[in-house]
Amino acid sequence: MNIVIAMKQVPDLQQVRIRDRRPVLEGVPLLMGDIDRSALAAAVALQDVVAGKRIVLSAGDENLEDTVKEALAAGADEAALVIDNRLRDADSAFIAKVLAEAVRRIGDVGLLLFGEGSADNYSGQVMSRVAAILGWPQAGYVREIRLEGGKAVLTRSLEDCEEVVEADLPVVASVVSEIAQPVTPSVTAILRAGRKPKTVWGLSDLGLEGPQPKVVENLEQLAPLGERKGIVLKSLEDLLAVLRAKEKP
Amino acid sequence: MKNVLIYSERLELAAELVSAGRFVASAAGGSLRALSVGDADLAGFLASRGADVLEIRSAEQPPADPAQIAQALRVAAESAGAGVILLASNRRGKEIAGRLAQELGAGCLTDVGRLEAAEGRITGVRNALGGATEVFQAVTTERQVLALRPGVFAAAPEAAPGAVQFLDVPLPEPKIRLRETRAKAGDAVDIGRAEVLVVVGQGLADREDLALAERIARALGGEVACTKPVATDRRWLAEDRIVGLSGKTCRPALALLLGVSGQVQFSVGIRDAGTIAAINRDDQAPVASLSDYFLQADLKAVLPDLAGRFPDT
Ligand SMILES: Cc1cc2nc3c(=O)[nH]c(=O)nc-3n(C[C@H](O)[C@H](O)[C@H](O)COP(=O)(O)OP(=O)(O)OC[C@H]3O[C@@H](n4cnc5c(N)ncnc54)[C@H](O)[C@@H]3O)c2cc1C
Ligand SMILES: Nc1ncnc2c1ncn2[C@@H]1O[C@H](COP(=O)(O)O)[C@@H](O)[C@H]1O
Repeated sequence: MNIVIAMKQVPDLQQVRIRDRRPVLEGVPLLMGDIDRSALAAAVALQDVVAGKRIVLSAGDENLEDTVKEALAAGADEAALVIDNRLRDADSAFIAKVLAEAVRRIGDVGLLLFGEGSADNYSGQVMSRVAAILGWPQAGYVREIRLEGGKAVLTRSLEDCEEVVEADLPVVASVVSEIAQPVTPSVTAILRAGRKPKTVWGLSDLGLEGPQPKVVENLEQLAPLGERKGIVLKSLEDLLAVLRAKEKP
Repeated sequence: MKNVLIYSERLELAAELVSAGRFVASAAGGSLRALSVGDADLAGFLASRGADVLEIRSAEQPPADPAQIAQALRVAAESAGAGVILLASNRRGKEIAGRLAQELGAGCLTDVGRLEAAEGRITGVRNALGGATEVFQAVTTERQVLALRPGVFAAAPEAAPGAVQFLDVPLPEPKIRLRETRAKAGDAVDIGRAEVLVVVGQGLADREDLALAERIARALGGEVACTKPVATDRRWLAEDRIVGLSGKTCRPALALLLGVSGQVQFSVGIRDAGTIAAINRDDQAPVASLSDYFLQADLKAVLPDLAGRFPDT
């Protein structure tokens, strides 16, 4: 049985600058989202109980083969990539279709892991959509995974409670960041990772080359207004004065 | 399909959705229905807020398998002639949203922080790029699924009671079985409403120092809040004290940030604050440009001193 980890290539958000209220994405390095890296680390931690492979699944543009190296270095055995420049701005519905088709082709998948939300879009839709397409049981916001025979026992972290649920494999789950600390591989590990097996599909290999209706239209994207004073204080006394001035009498 | 269907398993969120649903329904010239799945209390509550309720029976409430709720919503939407299905963007709500949207062939927006209706089109405003920007999005399919962040609409007050109608819908066999529910340590405080917030980040080295932050917060008439890793990794504070993209959006008159780096996913939750003051030992940390007043200092050295200036009440 294999574990598939869906990871999304995203711009390094710490390096995104705003100019005229619009994000500047040119030149910003691409990487896999942090929560997706936690999902991978969780899959790696199941190494002793799951004999099969850990396969990173990602859909994105031409940079993906390069971006995925880090995931391969961080413990994934193989990568399954769907590459097409139209996937750059694709909406959740289309991405879900693409990922579900890819999972069908990977075969023998027991556990299909997602991040709770992607770093750039944070919508939390893709996992549920893929589960619906495949007709597999789903559990969101998982912070602990145990495998017992043909079953997964998952601890879900909700706002007000934790739920322990079980389901027969194959199971689709999304994880929260606290499930596992992402692995940061060394540079030599990243170089070596280039040799791990990769399967690359185009949209036509998945039977999805036709035009895809968009289900969500982006009307505008703007950074909110908001200027701060940016005053550098010299001492604790200065800070106290600021706090005192705001204190209600 | 001008009508609107709302669902949340949580009373307080469902009450907000009644208001949101009325807003959307009146813009579209349709009517509002609310769904309850196996929860007579919820059905009664929704009716007391003036909503007409569709109730679907189920063994569990709420069912642990989101596929069951999605099925109930599909049937209810059909029966109500609802083109817009409004859910709460809590974790359960978001999980259902994607499933339902997929099954309806619909577009979906989650984590919607603002809803605008003009010329028959509904626009949802949500955070993108971790909160660095806001995107204005519209669903283009015939049916649309929208999940609203808590607090976007005020809870609907009591009103002339609506009717409760039972729908006989066999739900599919659950594929997810609930073994156990454990309550989470939470607080009664709502940091989203606090006037003053003292926010601690990972720059606070020792757990004992939390008491110092609490002392300052108390003296200023405020609450302690935190960054995500302080709650989820260190588990020093309850998760409902997290400020940011996956936590709460806060609007205090004054926020004091202690050892917070100020990355986008955090900043989005505090940018509506009146005044922001910060202490960080790194003057290159993003928090420096995010604040009105910035003090470069080591908390180890200055926090005891700062706290000592406030009475220990
Ligand atoms: C999808 C997604 C959603 C997220 N949602 C949220 C969210 O809702 N809220 C949130 O907070 N985060 C969120 N995060 C995480 C976020 O990206 C940051 O990792 C987090 O905010 C960092 O927390 P921090 O500032 O406490 O820690 P750090 O980034 O580690 O910063 C610690 C700071 O303390 C300073 N410091 C260290 N020691 C001292 C000292 N002795 N004296 C003074 N200063 C010191 C350092 O200079 C540093 O700036 C999210 C991430 C993702 C990917
Ligand atoms: N293009 C993609 N390729 C692979 N996985 C993805 C992609 N987009 C989203 N995902 C997965 O779906 C999760 C949730 O994404 P979202 O619904 O956009 O918040 C992410 O954390 C990833 O695990």
